[in-house]
Amino acid sequence: MGSRASTLLREEEIEEIKKETGFSHSQITRLYSRFTSLDKGENGTLSREDFQRIPELAINPLGDRIINAFFPEGEDQVNFRGFMRTLAHFRPIEDNEKNKNPTASEPLNSRSNKLLFAFRLYDLDRDDKISRDELLQVLRMMVGVNISDEQLGSIADRTIQEADTNGDSCISFQEFIKVLEKVDVEQKMSIRFLH
Amino acid sequence: MGRGGSVRFWIFGSMLLIGVWGQEPKSERHDEHGGGSNVSGISIVSLEWEYVEPPYLVALWILVCFLCKLVIEANHHVTEFIPESALLICSGFILGGMIWGADKVQTFRLTPYDFFHYFLPPIILDTGYSMPNKLFFTNLGGILIHAIIGTCWNAASLGLSLWGCQIGGAMGDLNVGLLQYLLFGSLIAAVDPVAVLAVFEQVHVNEVLFIMVFGESLLNDGVTVVLFNVFNAFVTLGGPRINAAEIIKGIISFFVVAFGGSLVGFVFGLLFALLSRCTKNIQIIEPGFLFILGYLAYLTAEMLSLSAILSIVFFGVCCQKYINANMDENSVRTMKCAVKVFANGAETMIFVFLGISAIDKSIWVWNTGFVLLTLLFILIYRFMGVFFLTWFMNLTRLVPIDYTDQVIMSYGGLRGAVAYGLAVMLDEAKIEEKKLMVSTTLIVVYFTVILQGVTMKPLVKWLKVKRAASAEKTLIEKVQNRAFEHILVAIEDISGQKGNNYLRNKWFKFEENWMSRILLRPSVRERQDKVFNVFHQLNLKDAMSYVVEGERRGSLEFIRNESAFVDFKKKFGEDMTMSMPDIMADMSDDRSAASSTRKESVPSVSLEVHEQAMRGTRAAEGLDSHHLLQQHLYKGRKQHRHRYSRSHFDINKDENEIQEIFQRTMKSRLESFKSGKMGVAPPKTITKHTRKEQQQKLQNKKSKSRLSGDEDFEFSEGDSASGYDTSFPVRGGYRPGAGIENPAFMPDVDLPLQIPPWLEDVDSVAPSQRAQVRLPWTPSNLRRLSPLRISTRSSDSFNLAEAPGDHQDDQLPPPPTPPPHRDGDVV
Repeated sequence: MGSRASTLLREEEIEEIKKETGFSHSQITRLYSRFTSLDKGENGTLSREDFQRIPELAINPLGDRIINAFFPEGEDQVNFRGFMRTLAHFRPIEDNEKNKNPTASEPLNSRSNKLLFAFRLYDLDRDDKISRDELLQVLRMMVGVNISDEQLGSIADRTIQEADTNGDSCISFQEFIKVLEKVDVEQKMSIRFLH
Repeated sequence: MGRGGSVRFWIFGSMLLIGVWGQEPKSERHDEHGGGSNVSGISIVSLEWEYVEPPYLVALWILVCFLCKLVIEANHHVTEFIPESALLICSGFILGGMIWGADKVQTFRLTPYDFFHYFLPPIILDTGYSMPNKLFFTNLGGILIHAIIGTCWNAASLGLSLWGCQIGGAMGDLNVGLLQYLLFGSLIAAVDPVAVLAVFEQVHVNEVLFIMVFGESLLNDGVTVVLFNVFNAFVTLGGPRINAAEIIKGIISFFVVAFGGSLVGFVFGLLFALLSRCTKNIQIIEPGFLFILGYLAYLTAEMLSLSAILSIVFFGVCCQKYINANMDENSVRTMKCAVKVFANGAETMIFVFLGISAIDKSIWVWNTGFVLLTLLFILIYRFMGVFFLTWFMNLTRLVPIDYTDQVIMSYGGLRGAVAYGLAVMLDEAKIEEKKLMVSTTLIVVYFTVILQGVTMKPLVKWLKVKRAASAEKTLIEKVQNRAFEHILVAIEDISGQKGNNYLRNKWFKFEENWMSRILLRPSVRERQDKVFNVFHQLNLKDAMSYVVEGERRGSLEFIRNESAFVDFKKKFGEDMTMSMPDIMADMSDDRSAASSTRKESVPSVSLEVHEQAMRGTRAAEGLDSHHLLQQHLYKGRKQHRHRYSRSHFDINKDENEIQEIFQRTMKSRLESFKSGKMGVAPPKTITKHTRKEQQQKLQNKKSKSRLSGDEDFEFSEGDSASGYDTSFPVRGGYRPGAGIENPAFMPDVDLPLQIPPWLEDVDSVAPSQRAQVRLPWTPSNLRRLSPLRISTRSSDSFNLAEAPGDHQDDQLPPPPTPPPHRDGDVV
């Protein structure tokens, strides 16, 4: 703890992460160096402030929410495993993976896991429903200041209307999946990670 | 369109008149000028035509060309299908016809001298100055490959094939030597920047594609000039005298011409940048330097027989960043505007004259085989060349260029006036078939510009029709799509997918330490450094000193001072330093580098026709929401495309968006930070308060809170919220990003005075050291208002004047005793 050298990634860890997330060896090492460069406190974990130091996030409307998504429920530090786990959602879905092992648990970058990630950005209280308020919040973040609250409210209402099938004026995860079925989520939520 | 019709009639009529009249004076001689020896005495008014003839004609022609453009642009339903350049050529045909009819001789034509000295420089200056540098340099490898190898391939293959066909007898009894064919090949091989731009303006292609074709068209001038001169020399020398030495000389001359030209441009660019450091007192004519120095760069390269186009391109590319930063905003705007005026005007005239030059019997020599084969080969070899080279490049590119784009790239290889100019410059004595070559060149130009221009849009539409999203999207799809973009951008930033290019880092360091230091004005550097600090470190301490500095200077003044406003565009727009956030539009290399798999998230070709049609089919009620959303959703960084356009220049529209987002993020972080300190979660509900309400509440409420209504301090607070000491206990329930309020309606958060004094060690802070007070929070407080803070700064902030008196201060506990200085930890 303290010097960079002592926090080098061990081979076993890399293997574990590889199995869990599907990243390649070189990708993991590269992301690890990114992790350490963000980790100003050099204690092997990232806090929210470390993320907030990334300047571009400050001008991303959903920046803070996304930062939040890295941290498991109630915790304020994320270690490298957790970091990779979140990033793994964004691995592109490769064709050969689709048929690999039907009995294994769903890979992190499957379509529904990607959608779950997006869903969780809205659903802060983790009740598996996007309420009108939660939707309003996200909408407000994504929209300029020129829309009044009433207008935004009506947009939110319409949005819920379109998606809500069971009439509870909330969007459940199933409804979320359904309404986005035409969207090419695999592509829109994938990054090609550098080797 | 009756009105349009009559306007057109009048314009054509007047042009006819002008055209005809322009010829008349030749046949008249005015003797009055020749001496007062005439009988009648003093003439009160006399016609001094010859005296004014040259400039008059020039001005008249400029007027005529502009009028053509006016007429063309008035008919948008035509320009939808036929690109403007093609229409201009057609107007040229008409005008040429009129003049021919009046004169039986083509008195006006596009002479190479005029073309290369007057028409071409402004256009290239515009491209250089408005070049999206980052995009350009990121793709420079690919561009160079296409420019150099592609052009050589085109030239060689065309020359050889034509020669082969001649031997095969396809051209009748033409007798042109191999060298001459190669010469012809070299002049027609070059893709023309003017034509490419003109056509790509209609069809919005994605930026990588655009910069590839466009960059190639600019840089291949180096190759063209060399090839042309070399082959010209060879033709002069004659076949037998060509030996290895000459060929080697030819190759060397390529490097000399290309690099020499660029170097000349570079030197002038640096000169200009240095100069702009000192032009503070002559702001009124600052913009003029751009044109003069640019033109000089061009002419100097011309003089040294180096590549003039490369020179002026690199002049623009090099000086952009520094002059835009150094010069006053008005000057920059003037330059951007003026350069577009000149470029647009020159382009218009080129196309019109290209058309006029056709109406001339004397130049036309037709050889079916030659012409048709040339056209055929040009197309074929272009496709072959592009596909092969792209395949080669895709092996090493992170983002492969897909087939559709390759087709568009090949099809977009238009030839234009440069080829024509070079053809006319051929020496008739050495090349007997000059007329044939000129005619063929003209035909090629017309073919590519008119036919390929017209069919480009339909081709693109046809190619992309599978990909473009045709279904009407639900609201949530739209929102979610945008959200995906934001998410991806954020993840890319977090995972640092910028790519740590060693060379680029070195360049940035060098540029930062040396060039910026020398070439930027000290005040500009200061400003940039300040912003640099704020951003890069996101350090609370620094932010505090920043806020305090503003305080000290008097809040109003600080607010109104532009330097307080984060000039994103200036700082980041052209900035190539990696450590600075690449916010603005042209920072798109990251997009291309990492986003191959999401190429289609935004259709790379947008056709306005399609969108308009879609819009029209929506129901009225739905229309509102969709429309509203469409209008107001923040564009992700990916959509802030830098579109180089001959006819528009950006006026910082994106900046507002970024400002808003930034302020809001900082505000929410600040609140979270505060709430973290307080140990209470910030309110999740959206609080809605107008300022007036606030004031009233202030009067009425008994709570120990007060707000300072200072909207303008948002930015400064933003800084202060940036990152905080991890030593502060952040209790559970911290929810960043929750409780997002609409900043327009929200009561404005006041200055972050809760920052413990131990974090401030800046001397200038001293005057406003009061009140690091904490308020006991009660849930009820939270419900009503966003985080509460006392603003008890003693300085001259107007917020104090607004808020009610200071009676609340006495009730507050004294500031907590500062723990030992913990500065080190924060950094």
